[in-house]
Amino acid sequence: MERTTMDLWVGIFVVGGIAALVMLAMKVGNLGSYNVSETYQVQAYFTNIGGLKPKASIKSAGVLVGRVVDISLDTENYQAKVSMSLDKRYQFSTDTSAKILTSGLLGEQYIGLEAGAEEVMLKQGDQIKMTQSAMVMEDLIGKFIYNKAAESAQ
Amino acid sequence: MPAAKVIKTIGHRVINTVWRIGLATRFFALILMYSGASFSRFRLTMKELFSTGVMSLIIIVVAGLFVGMVLGLQGYETLKRYGSESALGVMVALGLVRELGPVVAALLFASRAGSAMTAEIGLMKATEQITAMEMMAVNPIARIVAPRFWAGVISMPLLAAMFSAVGIFGGYFVGVVQIGVDEGSFWSQMQAAVDFREDILNGVLKSFVFGVVVTVIALFEGYDAPPTAEGVSGATTRTVVTSSLAILMLDFVMTAIMFRGN
Amino acid sequence: MRHLLILSLTQLTAPALVEIRDLNFSYDARPILQGINMTFPKGKLIAIMGLSGCGKTTLLRHIGGALKPNKGYVKVDGQVIHELDQAGLYAMRRKMGMLFQFGALFTDMSVYDNVAFQMREHTDLPEELIHDLVLMKLHAVGLRGTHHLMPSELSGGMARRVALARTVALDPMLIMYDEPFAGLDPISLTVVGDLIRRLNDALGATSVVVTHDVQESLKIVDYVYFMAGGVIVAEGTADEIRASKEDFVRQFVHGEIDGPVPFHYPGGNYRQELNLEG
Repeated sequence: MERTTMDLWVGIFVVGGIAALVMLAMKVGNLGSYNVSETYQVQAYFTNIGGLKPKASIKSAGVLVGRVVDISLDTENYQAKVSMSLDKRYQFSTDTSAKILTSGLLGEQYIGLEAGAEEVMLKQGDQIKMTQSAMVMEDLIGKFIYNKAAESAQ
Repeated sequence: MPAAKVIKTIGHRVINTVWRIGLATRFFALILMYSGASFSRFRLTMKELFSTGVMSLIIIVVAGLFVGMVLGLQGYETLKRYGSESALGVMVALGLVRELGPVVAALLFASRAGSAMTAEIGLMKATEQITAMEMMAVNPIARIVAPRFWAGVISMPLLAAMFSAVGIFGGYFVGVVQIGVDEGSFWSQMQAAVDFREDILNGVLKSFVFGVVVTVIALFEGYDAPPTAEGVSGATTRTVVTSSLAILMLDFVMTAIMFRGN
Repeated sequence: MRHLLILSLTQLTAPALVEIRDLNFSYDARPILQGINMTFPKGKLIAIMGLSGCGKTTLLRHIGGALKPNKGYVKVDGQVIHELDQAGLYAMRRKMGMLFQFGALFTDMSVYDNVAFQMREHTDLPEELIHDLVLMKLHAVGLRGTHHLMPSELSGGMARRVALARTVALDPMLIMYDEPFAGLDPISLTVVGDLIRRLNDALGATSVVVTHDVQESLKIVDYVYFMAGGVIVAEGTADEIRASKEDFVRQFVHGEIDGPVPFHYPGGNYRQELNLEG
């Protein structure tokens, strides 16, 4: 097959386009850093999840260790059931506690894990027992006003 | 009786539009039916890839760079008010990958390559080249239209990806190099917030749909153009207007479906 | 007299390549063709003449199968054109060549690729053979030297000749010419006319020339049909046409201003429209 300059240009165009796609996937998206295949699932119940959303990050000591997969309301006890998928590389003890935290003052909400002292590690399908719900601004303000009122009453 | 006349005109217009949508759909089906040669003789498509894709490269890259730079500048000004300049990377990347990349690249593609396609096919029809081809027992849809269609469909996602990639570098240049946002947080926050499937693949899907719509409109307008000078110039204008509107409307619909609840 | 009789006898007995019988066609209820009967014997060069809009081009489009008649039929090589399916029609068109009014060369291809177009689309010939065939076809029209040019670089007469080379690229049995003389200078006119005759005889083809250029075509054709208002008004050999006493043919052949075809388009009363009365 004869080669023409046109072929070269089309080649440059296609290679450039694919390079842009790869760059978007690796450098902009999280395809490079976040490995989906090697994970295990655990659940946790919270009385209030605030603004937590599926795909929110799960961090331990500030390191990304997993993602929130699913959030649903358990109608038996009216608590939020949060399913998380954690990276297989990171093992947590069964007495690990989960907190819903906010990055910055107005930033996204995420789950922070704090490892406990147990020897037994969490397995696929286990539940994290110790949880701390999200801080809800209205509750905080309500509490603050109530305390102030109580103070001035004294 | 001006009211009756207005209603009559509107009615005519509506019927005509629906009619043309039907015609364009049948035309699209014909293109798909006669697409065999576009792949078995890929050289035909190659030639059109050159004139649609490669020829649109410069305008896409330059436009992407400047759009990214403006995003960097404006985004910084806005985010600074909330003290979250470090989220600049997220804002630039999401804005480009989800919306501006596919949409602006498609709008540029419609006015650069789409109008050229319409004019070329319209002139081929006006100078009896298409009739001549039919008389030579060669199907003009298979030989002329389908390769252009596939070239457009292949080019569009690649062009949109290049637009976004160059745009992100534009934002990086203004935000990090010029203004001095922290480089680490620019990239790391971006990577944490941009999801490959949710954001990037959906953006690619959008540009693919835009590619199909813009090329079908451009080719249909050309093929359907009255074989006169005014006919071809009118068809060229209609290509740009119709496909721009179609891009923006479809973008709204697709955004509503893809990114709802996030 | 005897000579004429023999001629019309051969006209009748020579096997016909194209037969048109009682062809009727109307466009949006406006009749274009009304009961056309024609016979094109093999190897002959036929002219169809008439004013613009008399239905000549419509007739050609029926032979090529681009239009379907309301009544009657066109038979080419024993097959009724409008009864063929897509594949049959395409097979038939491969045996036909058509030269369009302004050549209709593909503007995005070089002269060489234009002539090679049908060979590449319809045959599996190796590229070296196509190369030789293309140069031979271009040589036949005297434009071998232009093979690397683009159509936009050719003059009108040259473009017409390249289109002619493209038309005969696959040695068709029937060649149709739609106004081949339109817009040509006198020299190109003679060249193209001469080529039409020579190609017809060299290829053993049958040719139909649709034209209103009387003088040029009478020099080359065997038989002439005159059309007006969708019907045949006169027919005969070139000599018969020249000698015709019929008003319409006389006006047409000699280009007289007024005759059966009036100079004025029908309008209202001239004096009245200029407000000269009352």
